[in-house]
Amino acid sequence: MSVPAFTGSNVMDVDAAKIRGAGSNVHFDKVSVAYGAHVVLHPLTLDIAPGEILAMIGPSGSGKTTALRAVAGFVRPASGRIRIGATDVTDLPPYERGLGMVVQNYALFPHMRVEDNVAFGLRAQGADKALIGERVKDSLATVGMSGFAKRYPRELSGGQQQRVAIARALAVRPRVLLLDEPLSALDAQIRRNMVEEIAKLHRDLPGLTILYVTHDQTEALTLADKIAIMRDGRVSSHGPTAELYRRPPNRFTAEFLGRANLLPVTVAEGAAGPKGLAKARLGDAVLAGAARGEKPGDKTLLCIRPQHLSLTGDEEHTNRIVGTLKEVHWQGELTHLVLDVDGTPVRVSATRLPVSLPERGSAMPLFFAPGDTSLVPEDVRG
Amino acid sequence: MLVWSRPGRILIWAVFALLFGVLFLAPLAVILLSSLADQWNGVLPSGLTTEHYSDVVQGAAWKAVKASLVTGFLASALALVSGTWAALALRIQDATLARVLGVLFFIPSAVPSVSVGLGLLVAFSHPPLLLNGTIAIVMVAHFVLISAFTFGNVSAGLARLSPDFEQVASSLGARPAYRLWHVTLPLLTPYLVAAFGLSFALSMGELGATVMVYPPGWVTLPVSIFSLTDRGDVFAGAALTMVLVAVTLILLLGLERVAGRQTRS
Repeated sequence: MSVPAFTGSNVMDVDAAKIRGAGSNVHFDKVSVAYGAHVVLHPLTLDIAPGEILAMIGPSGSGKTTALRAVAGFVRPASGRIRIGATDVTDLPPYERGLGMVVQNYALFPHMRVEDNVAFGLRAQGADKALIGERVKDSLATVGMSGFAKRYPRELSGGQQQRVAIARALAVRPRVLLLDEPLSALDAQIRRNMVEEIAKLHRDLPGLTILYVTHDQTEALTLADKIAIMRDGRVSSHGPTAELYRRPPNRFTAEFLGRANLLPVTVAEGAAGPKGLAKARLGDAVLAGAARGEKPGDKTLLCIRPQHLSLTGDEEHTNRIVGTLKEVHWQGELTHLVLDVDGTPVRVSATRLPVSLPERGSAMPLFFAPGDTSLVPEDVRG
Repeated sequence: MLVWSRPGRILIWAVFALLFGVLFLAPLAVILLSSLADQWNGVLPSGLTTEHYSDVVQGAAWKAVKASLVTGFLASALALVSGTWAALALRIQDATLARVLGVLFFIPSAVPSVSVGLGLLVAFSHPPLLLNGTIAIVMVAHFVLISAFTFGNVSAGLARLSPDFEQVASSLGARPAYRLWHVTLPLLTPYLVAAFGLSFALSMGELGATVMVYPPGWVTLPVSIFSLTDRGDVFAGAALTMVLVAVTLILLLGLERVAGRQTRS
């Protein structure tokens, strides 16, 4: 049975408006978490604005899930405070925090029908029957699952279970929605669809504050207003999604978010001109890129995204480097090339290739626009 | 391990049939035949009769069935409650403490049941703990012997239960008691039913401790069987054994159906 898409726009009048103003900000104030002597989250200070989607991304063990669980109340901070709206929730049990949570395996209660799953939070809070009925109906409509109310979770596909889990979390009108790798258990095609549908849900429920934990950069880039990149229990970088992508503040962010090429360069001239471009030297080539206050002589990294490298030059793509072609991988809509540029592997994602590519091992020029590059400092590990 | 060759499969099945036949079916078949034997002097009985069943039914059999059922039910219910409680409580304790207490809970199952009976007899023979000669001491003996198994079963169930269910329930506003009743226990039901079934079966067959502590008027099936065979009435003992097997089997099959329904849902 096919599932209709989220119909948030259809229920705006009845439901979204009620949720719209419900979001609260979340404030981490020097929150740290430790298990014995092992610190898994170093003092974290971070704000999530009302109605904002903050994606926490990072590799396994980076502390992102720990931070979410601290907000949920399942991990007690060793130090620091957590506020949701005006309430300091640090010492509150999870059931008094007014949250909604969706986890990787959905955790739908298998002994309850879909409608009972969605009603669970309201029943637990002692809501009256009429309100429960109305909210269950609205929440299921919001996620396009109205026709599945009488089913058991085992009778639903993974994507459908995920929608029910979201409806269950929305039904209690959470101040903050916590999504802990909610799409990880889905296959690639359904995951792509669900990302788009969660984005649509948030457009329809703009007041909803969401903390979205994932290791998938595509989900983060598609959904998040802001991203916090976690590494070794610390925030490696935090900022608006597009800004972090375009101007990564460090090597880890550049590599984790979009697999950037990073070429070691020496700054030749500091920032100049209206675009604040600096000039940097890579071997014999002099390349222009967005600066970050570097001074001549500084050793730094030049960040270029694979899709910004062109095989042909023009008046826009004025930076030129030459590499040795090592690998060619055709992937349908994209072809990935790997070149060696002064000992650094450089990946190129090309939508169109020249009629004849040079042989592997041949020299090949690459071109890119100064505006598509930025200088990125090497990581300083604390 | 998959066996691909046909002779290999035949060999495996033959070994299985031999072991199952010798270890499980043969003793049961001998008891069944004994319960129906008119005379048994050769390899097989010389004649068959249902007389032994009539005798045990007219005798104290039904009282023994009732004593065993009541004892089994009450002791298993008590063991289920305490075992579940202990498993839930130990889950949130420090790992070392939980391990130590978990081992302590299993100790009675490692002690011979006769010793447990003797210990209870000595411990409960003086006021204010005077249970000697009462039905309660039989219940206590059975409870002590079976509680480790309910604890073990429920602990295994809890270990397999994803913490996500309870955490999501909490985040939705469910207080601990509501969560326990509406989420944890329903999810544990297959394990609770299995624990009850195992406890009940163990209680129904318990002899060692019961024979030390049972009061007059509360003779369980195994004690009755022991008494009959002890005084040489092997055929009546066998008939009563078949009654015990039938009653236990019916109850376990019923529980299995309940557990099966829960697992499917």
